[in-house]
Amino acid sequence: MIKVANLVKRFGDTTVLDGIDLEIEQGEIIVVIGPSGTGKSTLLRCLNFLERPDAGRLTLGDLDVDVTRATKADILAARRRTAFVFQNYALFANKTALENIAEGLIVVNRWPKAKAHARAREILERIGLADKADAYPASLSGGQQQRVGIGRAMAAQAEVILFDEPTSSLDPEWVEEVLALMKRLAAERQTMLVVTHEMGFARDVADRVVFMEGGRIVEQGPPSQLFNAPRDPRTRDFLRKVLAAQPAVST
Amino acid sequence: MSVLDFDYMLGLVPILLSYLPLTLAMAAAGMVLALVLACGLAVIRVLGIPGLNGATLLFISFFRGTPLLVQLFLFYYGLPQVLAFLTQIDGITATIMGLTLHFAAYMAESIRAAIVGVDRSQTEAALSIGMTNGQLMRRIVLPQATRVAVPTLMNYFIDMIKATSLAFTLGVTELMGATQKEAAGSFLYFEAFITVAVIYWGIVELLAWCQRRLEWRLNEAYRR
Ligand SMILES: Nc1ncnc2c1ncn2[C@@H]1O[C@H](COP(=O)(O)OP(=O)(O)OP(=O)(O)O)[C@@H](O)[C@H]1O
Ligand SMILES: [Mg+2]
Repeated sequence: MIKVANLVKRFGDTTVLDGIDLEIEQGEIIVVIGPSGTGKSTLLRCLNFLERPDAGRLTLGDLDVDVTRATKADILAARRRTAFVFQNYALFANKTALENIAEGLIVVNRWPKAKAHARAREILERIGLADKADAYPASLSGGQQQRVGIGRAMAAQAEVILFDEPTSSLDPEWVEEVLALMKRLAAERQTMLVVTHEMGFARDVADRVVFMEGGRIVEQGPPSQLFNAPRDPRTRDFLRKVLAAQPAVST
Repeated sequence: MSVLDFDYMLGLVPILLSYLPLTLAMAAAGMVLALVLACGLAVIRVLGIPGLNGATLLFISFFRGTPLLVQLFLFYYGLPQVLAFLTQIDGITATIMGLTLHFAAYMAESIRAAIVGVDRSQTEAALSIGMTNGQLMRRIVLPQATRVAVPTLMNYFIDMIKATSLAFTLGVTELMGATQKEAAGSFLYFEAFITVAVIYWGIVELLAWCQRRLEWRLNEAYRR
């Protein structure tokens, strides 16, 4: 189980996360939505200490830390219990698809190379890129790169995979294949925390949708409730705007 | 009007080539030492270590801002006057010292730029899967920085080979010093210097060819 309590993050004088409380059950799929600049990325980045939070308590499985007192070892432990999928893929440019997936197993988990490569091949199979094992990121399409990015996160066997707008940098033609892979992971009950503007995905896949604004969680609930009967006027306002832009999911 | 004395030139080639090992040895020693020093300086600059960073900037500024010949004279003639234990400094040592410090100053900036140029998101990705800073540097950043820096560093090595010719001003009989002596004996200055020019040119072209091969291999991961 993952638990975030009263998480606060400031950049200089601006408070970007203003006391976030969030619990995620094992196997739960949570989608975070909200206007730009609201702190969605910052929330994800704080969960694996890419940003150092200013206050709060973080529970990731058997790890339980006050973030202000987190030691180097705590931070590494938190990172091993979370995996991150980046908007711009962020694949290691000097490594092949296979090596990108195996890298963490070899370096962080200290697996023998052969075992790590065997696992990476299984994952490539699952993400439909077995034939691209030896391809370098520069030769892959955006969709393929992001699938490798997801494969790298799968290899980590983390408590939760954090997705930060995984389809936002993709050309429209590649969005579907990435969403399809994420749906498969969701069906396997991989715990996921997904920031996305894909409202269709949120509606179809999420167990719970979290609406954030101004560094706070304004409202959360199952997609049927949040999309059909939002309680807070800010949620209604936000949904009206995005659903006008994405009419396909407005029913 | 006299034509070039080709026989003399051909006869000169093996004589001059016997001094090539010294030229290359000085360049190789200078390159290895300069690389080590430059990496250290680059890391200080990248991490912005307080105090050391300022000293590094001063070092780089001085050794890029003054002629190599001045630096060589400073080490060979000047230093022994102020540092007693250096009375024995010979021309070869002074040359290697000068080449090391001079080229390290240039190479440090290239290496720094190459490290800084590695896409920041890859750093975050490496950290996000739990790599330590050392692992991140060794496995992700440095291999990519190397690819960017190698062509420039090879150019500096080529420059350094040519710069070893200044050693003859410190009384070292290397390729250039040997040519000077031969020419003074035969009075065939034009033949002698054109011969040595062709030898330098040949070495540089050979290295340029190696450089292209190396770049091609290093770019393997980036071809589409
Ligand atoms: N490193 C930083 N330094 C200073 N301010 C930052 C930094 N990172 C983010 N911010 C600010 O924090 C706020 C929240 O940013 P964040 O990226 O978390 O928003 P977001 O909800 O992910 O937005 P988007 O939908 O545009 O991705 C923004 O106002 C942003 O400018
Ligand atoms: Mg964001």
